[in-house]
Amino acid sequence: MELWYTEQHTGNVRFSIRVDEHLFTGQSEFQRIDVFKAKEFGTFLTLDGLMMVTEKDEFIYHDMIVHVPMATNPSVKNVLVIGAGDGGTVRELTRYATVEKIDMVEIDKMVVEVCRKYLPQTACKLDDPRVRIYYEDGLKFVRSKENTYDLIIVDSTDPFGPGEGLFTREFYGNCYKALKEDGILVNQHESPYYESYAQAMQRAHKRIKEFFPICKVYQAHIPTYPSGHWLFGFASKKYDPLRDLDEQAWNELDLRTKYYNTDIHKGSFALPNYVRALLEGAL
Amino acid sequence: MNPLRQQKAPIYEALLKYKAGRIVPFDVPGHKQGRGSPELREFLGEKCLAVDVNSMRPLDNLGHPVSVIKEAEELLADAFGADHGFFIVNGTTQAVQTMILSVCKKGDKIIMPRNVHKSALNALILCGAIPVYVNPGINKKLGIPLGMSIRDVEKTIKDHPEAKAIFVNNPTYYGVCSDLQAITELAHRHNMYVLVDEAHGTHFYFGENMPLNAMQAGADMAAVSMHKTGGSLTQSSLLLINKSVQKGYVRQILNLTQTTSASYLLLASLDIARRNLALDGKNIFAKVTALAAYAREEINKIGGYYAFGRELINGDSFFDFDSTKLSVHTREIGLAGIEVYDILRDDYDIQIEFGDIGNILAIISVGDRALTLERLVSSLSEIKRLYMRDKTGMFEHEYINPQVAMPPQQAFYAEKHIVPIKDSAGCISGEYVMAYPPGIPVLAPGECITEEIIEYIYYAKEKGCFLTGTEDMAIENIKVVEK
Repeated sequence: MELWYTEQHTGNVRFSIRVDEHLFTGQSEFQRIDVFKAKEFGTFLTLDGLMMVTEKDEFIYHDMIVHVPMATNPSVKNVLVIGAGDGGTVRELTRYATVEKIDMVEIDKMVVEVCRKYLPQTACKLDDPRVRIYYEDGLKFVRSKENTYDLIIVDSTDPFGPGEGLFTREFYGNCYKALKEDGILVNQHESPYYESYAQAMQRAHKRIKEFFPICKVYQAHIPTYPSGHWLFGFASKKYDPLRDLDEQAWNELDLRTKYYNTDIHKGSFALPNYVRALLEGAL
Repeated sequence: MNPLRQQKAPIYEALLKYKAGRIVPFDVPGHKQGRGSPELREFLGEKCLAVDVNSMRPLDNLGHPVSVIKEAEELLADAFGADHGFFIVNGTTQAVQTMILSVCKKGDKIIMPRNVHKSALNALILCGAIPVYVNPGINKKLGIPLGMSIRDVEKTIKDHPEAKAIFVNNPTYYGVCSDLQAITELAHRHNMYVLVDEAHGTHFYFGENMPLNAMQAGADMAAVSMHKTGGSLTQSSLLLINKSVQKGYVRQILNLTQTTSASYLLLASLDIARRNLALDGKNIFAKVTALAAYAREEINKIGGYYAFGRELINGDSFFDFDSTKLSVHTREIGLAGIEVYDILRDDYDIQIEFGDIGNILAIISVGDRALTLERLVSSLSEIKRLYMRDKTGMFEHEYINPQVAMPPQQAFYAEKHIVPIKDSAGCISGEYVMAYPPGIPVLAPGECITEEIIEYIYYAKEKGCFLTGTEDMAIENIKVVEK
């Protein structure tokens, strides 16, 4: 018997992984949640059938969404993480002794419960005493915050379904308000390659640019996401991720990351011409 | 209501049968189940075009129903607690006009609040009836027209005992209800018909803890915009009547203006929406009410905005409130409602129902989700943060009492000439001037033009309201009646 998980990356492109075992399936108030086990990628989580995280390549995503802003401003103390129910982003943040407080806002409690059970590799630090989890809409949570956070990480699903509110102008505006004077906003920025993802990417970039004086995009290679070519957004009121990178300070922390290093940091902001053109066209 | 019977949807079921029968069409419409228009079929879908059919024996005929439409109308009456219900495919405009045309002839008087919909005023041009306007109360702070106060209605009835009918909004666009029960009893004591515009009141028939609906109040006729909050397709609507009105005569009046090619897409959508509301309306509107209450609370927490509700009930001109309406007063943040409306649409991709000088209105209905309400609330919070300004110098809105100089029909058909609006004071208007939003007439044919009205027109224009009604598209000139 052969069992395959398939995601439609576009109407005409499919991506499949041979599945050993279907560990969990459930319908929460917001989405369908599935956990599979595969020889090639280990345990992986999907939401509404879309790939979220695999044991084999999650380190790339979580390294890049956390260490790039942390190396830019190592004195970050107060962090807000939106989405990120698998816990991987929180796990990387807890490696910094200097981080004092991590508020994690995940709309779907069932995602966190499922990840605690089936994906301890990413969910292992959710009980760190600095972490506080709020189960509510990120858009609502951030609305009431003002001048509170040093860093906001938006680790969301795609801009359809429960994550749609996290790609809107009102959300980025509220994040701007919730950040301190020297705050940084990092977001999962979709992919430039396939058209529907590229449009979401352009819209997000356009809206973030309206609020933040410094607004850059960096990339990573994530094998299980559509096209594998994935982007992150870096926006700040003060810090430039290249100019203000303190390589020595970060390297002295000796964190031993599997993907991130300060050379990757610098290189990841070098974008292909077609991506530059897409971003410039996002006016 | 008979819940077992309500599970049927006769028109919908007949259409399914028609489809399954693979009938060869040698009748209209010419697109022949979509095959004649591949582009349209691609756009709307084959399923949709396959049932865009004309009336035929198994599908009955809206102008003279004897089978499935008749049965569906009976179910409709049962669901709404009416003596009879008519499906309307020409918009609630036709339902409103049929009510007036059914009880008023040329020269008859009809009592109505000034904030009636344009369709009611147009009915007066059609039939030659004469309006007697009741000043709807006004909430000065919010600048919104309210319902009619009982004392005003009593006085108007006393001054015009020969009036044939009284027309009531239940609720107004802003969700305000008059004391419909008392008005109905009062009018009936004076042998006047009670016609109720329930364009925004479909849910009153199904939700719990809702304002009284027209049929419960014992009113004679009601026009119910099923498509607004009931879930049917745009332009589909209902007309409900009680025993006091002749069903056959109302059908005749309907047939004066009703298409003879009634859309089965609209009819089926009404049939399905009726079934859905009859079976599940209580839950649906409990959810809608809870969503609206949540949004009101969150918006009021932002500060500056005022999302008003039942606290404004005063036992008279604000007798009851439709809690599913989300009306927000915006002037305290220094922005006109119409400005907030534009910012929401242009910058936040949010389309709301309307904005007027001081308020915005969002419609919450069966199709809404908590996620999208969060977007609305967050956007309002951002708009305050980014655009708030001093509110001084803003317009003090006042209700302008219309002076009816001649019947609207006479003015509409009279010899007229064109004058610049700015020089028109003292003339009798031959046209409408409407400001959208909120779509309440500033002037109607047959009314005196005053300096105050001219000032209001220019102000509304300056604030970005969409003005219509005059032949002059720029609304600089107006046709006035020859003296």
